[in-house]
Amino acid sequence: MGVDIRLPIGLMFSIFGLILTVYGIRSDPAIYARSLGINLNLYWGLLLVAFGAIMLLLGVRRQRSRM
Amino acid sequence: MNLTAVDWLIMAVYFAFVLGIGVVLRRYVKTSSDFFLAGRSLPAWICGLAFLSANLGAQEVIGMAASGAKYGIATSHFYWIGAIPAMVFVGVFMMPFYYGSRARSVPEYLRLRFDEKTRAVNAISFAVMTVFSSGISMYAMAKLIQIMHILDAPLGKLGVSTTSSFHLSIFISALIVLVYIFLGGLTSAIYNEVLQFFLIVGGFLPLSFLGLKNIGGWNGLKQQLPTSFTHSWQGLSSAHSNPLGVEFFGLVMGLGFVLSFGYWCTDFLVIQRAMAADSMNAARRTPLIAALPKMLFPFLVILPGMIAIALPNPPTTTTAVTGHVQEFNQAGKGLIPAKVDETTGLPQVDANGKPILDYDLAMPNMLLHYFPTGILGLGLTALLASFMSGMAGNVTAFNTVWTYDIYQSYINKHASDAHYFQMGRIATVFGIALSVAAAYAATRFNNILDFLQLVFAFVNAPLFATFLLGMFWKRTTGHGAFAGLLSGTFAAAVHQGLTLPVGAHVGIKGGWLRSLHTYPSEMAQNFWTAIWAWSVCFAVTVIVSLCTRAREEKELVGLVYSLTERVSEEHVRWYRRPAALGVAVIGLAIVLNVIFW
Repeated sequence: MGVDIRLPIGLMFSIFGLILTVYGIRSDPAIYARSLGINLNLYWGLLLVAFGAIMLLLGVRRQRSRM
Repeated sequence: MNLTAVDWLIMAVYFAFVLGIGVVLRRYVKTSSDFFLAGRSLPAWICGLAFLSANLGAQEVIGMAASGAKYGIATSHFYWIGAIPAMVFVGVFMMPFYYGSRARSVPEYLRLRFDEKTRAVNAISFAVMTVFSSGISMYAMAKLIQIMHILDAPLGKLGVSTTSSFHLSIFISALIVLVYIFLGGLTSAIYNEVLQFFLIVGGFLPLSFLGLKNIGGWNGLKQQLPTSFTHSWQGLSSAHSNPLGVEFFGLVMGLGFVLSFGYWCTDFLVIQRAMAADSMNAARRTPLIAALPKMLFPFLVILPGMIAIALPNPPTTTTAVTGHVQEFNQAGKGLIPAKVDETTGLPQVDANGKPILDYDLAMPNMLLHYFPTGILGLGLTALLASFMSGMAGNVTAFNTVWTYDIYQSYINKHASDAHYFQMGRIATVFGIALSVAAAYAATRFNNILDFLQLVFAFVNAPLFATFLLGMFWKRTTGHGAFAGLLSGTFAAAVHQGLTLPVGAHVGIKGGWLRSLHTYPSEMAQNFWTAIWAWSVCFAVTVIVSLCTRAREEKELVGLVYSLTERVSEEHVRWYRRPAALGVAVIGLAIVLNVIFW
C-alpha cells in the first residue's frame, strides 16, 4: 500500500543505531558498570545500524522494482 | 530516575515516526474499506507481525514478566499450550470462513452465519469491551510513568507540579494514537504495530542477554530458584504440587482449549489483522507467521521476570544500584519490592504475615537495573510502544464494529461509503474519548473495573463453542447460537458465584451465591469457569438447534466447513501452504515444551 513498510522501519532503526553508536563511543565508561562492563550502547547500536541498513536496502529495491 | 538527552532523543525519534506514518498514509486512504480493512491489500508477513503486536499490550510485557517472577517458567503455558495451538487452528481451519465470506468483522460473520440478534450481542459486548480495554491500558501506562518518575524531571524544569504527570501521560498517549489512526486508519495502525514489534524485540532482547550473563546462564538461574520454577510440566499431576495451583486437565482444557481458542479464534481485535491480508492464502498464513515469534516471546518477557526474582536482595552484582523505581526494602525479593502501605510506610503483609510483592515492577526494575542511559531510552520507548499498540488495536477494532455492526446495521442503513468512512473517523475520536473516561474511572473506582473485567470474562468464555459449532456443524441455527451464548455466560456467572479460590474473601473473587467448592488458586477457578461456560454453551446450542428449523444449505455455502469447497493449494510451494506451516509450528512448540519439561 503506497509505502513499503521496510523504509520507515529501516530508517528508524538506522537512526536509533547511529544515536546509540555515537553516544557509546563518547560516553564515560563508568556508566557501563550496570551493564556488566559491556558498552551496550556501542555494540547494540552497531547491530541496530546493520538491521536498519538491511531493511532499507530491501525496501528501496522493492520500491524501485515497482516503478 | 534520571533520563539524559540521548534517552529523550530516542523517544522523540520514535514518536516522530509513529505520527509520520499516519501523515504519509493519509494520502492512500480514500474509501471506508481502506480505512477499516486496509483495502485488503497487505502481505502476510506484515499482517502476521501486526496480529502478534496488536495483542502485545501492557498485559503481555508487564504482566508476563510479573507472572514469570511469580510462577516461573510455567507461565510459558500461556504461549506453548495456550496461544500456539489456537493460532494454528484459526489459520488452518477458521480463516477460510472469516476471509472467504467477505465479512468485514467477526460480528458480521455471525450475522451471515446465524442471525441479527446473535450479531447484536457480540457486536455490542465487543464494542464496550474494547473501549474499556483501551482505557485500562492507558491507565496502566500513566500509572507506570508516574511510578517510574519518567516525567518528573522535565516537569520540574517547567515548574509544573509532578502530580500532573499522570494527566499528561494520558493526554499525550491518547492524542498520538488518535492522530495516527484518524489519518491512516487500519493501515496506519498495522504499520505502527509492525514498527512496535521490532522495537519491542530490539529494546528487550539485550535485557534477557545481560540478565542471563549476570546470573550465570540458565544453569545459574536454576540454582537460584526452586525446581518448580524451571520446569513447566513437572508437578502438574496435582494442583498442589505446582506454583500455578492448577492440575493437568484444568490447564489443558481451560487454558489450552477454551480460553486460548476463545481469544485467538474469535476476537476481532486480532482477526481484523488477518482480514486486511491481500489474499486468502495470506490471511490463512497471518496467524501462523505470528506464531513463530510468539513462541519465542517467553525468552523476551518471562525470562526477565524470573531473573528479577532470582537476583539476591539487595543485589550484590557489580552494578550500581541507584535510581530504582522504589527503594529496595528488605521485605522484597530480588529486584521486586514489597508493596508499601502509603499511610504507614511499612511493607504490606498478607494473612500469613508474609510481605506482598509488587510483581508488576519486575520488568521496569530490570530495565533500570541493567540499562545505562542511551539504551535505557530505547527500552523505555519499547515499553511505551507496547502500551500504545495495545490501545491502538482496541481503537481500530472498536471503530470498525461500531460503524459496520452497530451504526450501519441499526442506525443508518443506506448511507454512502463516504458517510461510513467519515463515521469511522468520528468513531475513532469518541472511542478514544470514552477510553480516556474509562482510564479516569479506573483511578476512582478500582472495584468497578475488576467487576467489568469479570463480566467480560463471562461473556467471552462461551464464544468459541458458538463459532466451532457454527463453522463445523451445518445444523446449528441462529436461535441455538443465541440461546447457547446467553446460557454460557449465565453458567460462567453461576459457577463463579458458587466457588472461591483458597484464602479469598466472598465477593468479587467468587462465592457470592454460596460457597460450594474451593479451588487451590484463582487461576484454577478461572479455568474451570471457562470450561463450564463452554460446555453449557455447547450443549444448549446443540439442543436448541435440533429443536429449531435449520437454514437452507445453499445459504450456508462459504460459511460452513462441509458446504465449502477446499482451497486448492497445489500450485503453492510447501512453505506457503497453511497446513504445512501449521504442522511445523506445532512441531516447534512441542520441542519447546519438551526442553523445559
